[in-house]
Amino acid sequence: MAEKERFPRPYQRSPDQDASRPVRHRVVIIGGGPVGLALATDLGVRGVPCVVADGKSEFGEGSRGLCYAKRTLEILDRLGVGERALAKGVTWQLGKVFHHEKLLYEFNLLPESGHKMPAFINLQQYYLEQFLYERCHELPDVDLRFQNKCTGIEAFPNYARIRLETPDGPYELEAEHLIACDGSRSAVRQLMGLSFEGRVFEDRFLIADIKMLADYPAERWFWFDPPFNPGQSALLHKQPDDIWRIDLQLGWDADPAEERKPERVRPRLEAMLGKERPFEFEWISIYSFHCRRLERFIHGPVIFAGDSAHLVSPFGARGFNSGVQDTDNLAWKLEAVLAGQAPKTLLQTYGLEREAAADENILNSTRATDFITPKSRTSRTIRDAALSLTAEVPFARTLINSGRLSTPSVYDTPLSTPDTEAFGGTARLGGPLPDAPLARPDGSPAWLLNLLGPRFTLLYCGDELPCELPGSMQLVRIGRDVMDEAGLFQQRYDAKPGSAYLVRPDQHLCARFRRVDTPVLRAAMERALGWELPR
Amino acid sequence: MNRQIVTSPNLEDPDGLYAAFVVAHQGLSDAQSELLNARLVLILANHIGDPDVLREALALARAGLAPTAAGEPSPRP
Repeated sequence: MAEKERFPRPYQRSPDQDASRPVRHRVVIIGGGPVGLALATDLGVRGVPCVVADGKSEFGEGSRGLCYAKRTLEILDRLGVGERALAKGVTWQLGKVFHHEKLLYEFNLLPESGHKMPAFINLQQYYLEQFLYERCHELPDVDLRFQNKCTGIEAFPNYARIRLETPDGPYELEAEHLIACDGSRSAVRQLMGLSFEGRVFEDRFLIADIKMLADYPAERWFWFDPPFNPGQSALLHKQPDDIWRIDLQLGWDADPAEERKPERVRPRLEAMLGKERPFEFEWISIYSFHCRRLERFIHGPVIFAGDSAHLVSPFGARGFNSGVQDTDNLAWKLEAVLAGQAPKTLLQTYGLEREAAADENILNSTRATDFITPKSRTSRTIRDAALSLTAEVPFARTLINSGRLSTPSVYDTPLSTPDTEAFGGTARLGGPLPDAPLARPDGSPAWLLNLLGPRFTLLYCGDELPCELPGSMQLVRIGRDVMDEAGLFQQRYDAKPGSAYLVRPDQHLCARFRRVDTPVLRAAMERALGWELPR
Repeated sequence: MNRQIVTSPNLEDPDGLYAAFVVAHQGLSDAQSELLNARLVLILANHIGDPDVLREALALARAGLAPTAAGEPSPRP
């Protein structure tokens, strides 16, 4: 197997380890993988001090997260690593679905232009982790502690005490807010004895990363019942560094120990790719997939985010793409609560909004997995009927489910101010702002999303806001600070003169008006901060 | 709840329908017949479209069919 690059995480003793009693921090994050580091970066960008503890001494092993969706890239851009990810990653938006050897249909995940970020990039998880790790070093409020393994936790009403094991021995910390971002086998979740309910899909998948020079396009290719894997499925993705990711469904009866041997895998891949192109293995493993979630993501001072809270099968790329939406949702709420700008109950809306998102992700991932791996004779027959009809009638295509790829969450949340007037366009209340290309007065281009800072933003369509701007809101005047020359803002937002859009710090739209005054704006912002929630 | 689905007689030629079904399946193996039925279900479902009607139809079709003994999985494909 090829020698893979490793990304070291050095240990550094902390003054906390010499303190006479456990030091209390406002935020401690357990888990320094992509979700933990995304949260740390977000808090760091917001000036909220946090500690990140992770037991590992190096990263880079395995074949893990790969496909990062547009919304994720927009969040990463806000965190300062989006352009780096885009530059290294393989951009794609087209997919092809094959049945046997025949192309069934193609799909395009971003059929419109005028967005900074593409539909998807493929990027090895270890690169994303490394970019976030390096970004964290630029943020003085982020205290990274690797080789600090969480081995104990006690939750009290207003804080948690954590035991960490280090090369210098154990020590304890206290956290007002403990955020568990420690993955599917979360130590925090297990130490707290919380049950992680769901189901396992009775099937096995071979995951192989191979290094190969090939000119397949950067498209997601999925096969139902291909000749090289009869009765099963296959998936092919292009990665950076001439690495290709192949998923082959093997069936429940496959023997994992046998199937992961390179001498078993090579003939399968040669049948799939042909024998003309040499390749070397970077990674091989056999997986079964699960869909699970914690019933509640918040347990006193402990909050769960990412795979520690919810687990999905990978069809649809809803792992990190939902984990980063968790942290996007949480960071500004933590900041607001810690700064006394919002009541503590605001944090409960993280649970409300992200538990609903997890249900949506689990539903979609489950349905895709059931279509790809039908569990009964009849479900297989119906599935195959849909496949057989696809070449013959237009509707059948909509039934074919090789994975419903991750889309951003649209929150049905008490934090939003319900619309009192009709708004068309593609912007949705509770959803993230659609991006739009704008121009500054000097003619230089600006992307709408890049104009949003870490606070609430009011987008106002006009020269001058007709009322006083409530404090701590950022104002962007469309038509004065930036121009909608391409008209895409107007189209996507159904904007008219005087229209105003209030945007949360996570770039989700929480209120919109055809006419504004200061009381209306203030009420919308207070509502979005949770001041109207029952205490 | 108001039933949307039509269960009163609505076929002009019931005998003709039965005959057409028989003819459609002629010469097919059991596996092919299963596939034909599944294709037909999907085609008719799409034609109907209305999710309430489809839901009622499924419930009506399922009613009176007892599942196999608890814990017994259906045969794997």
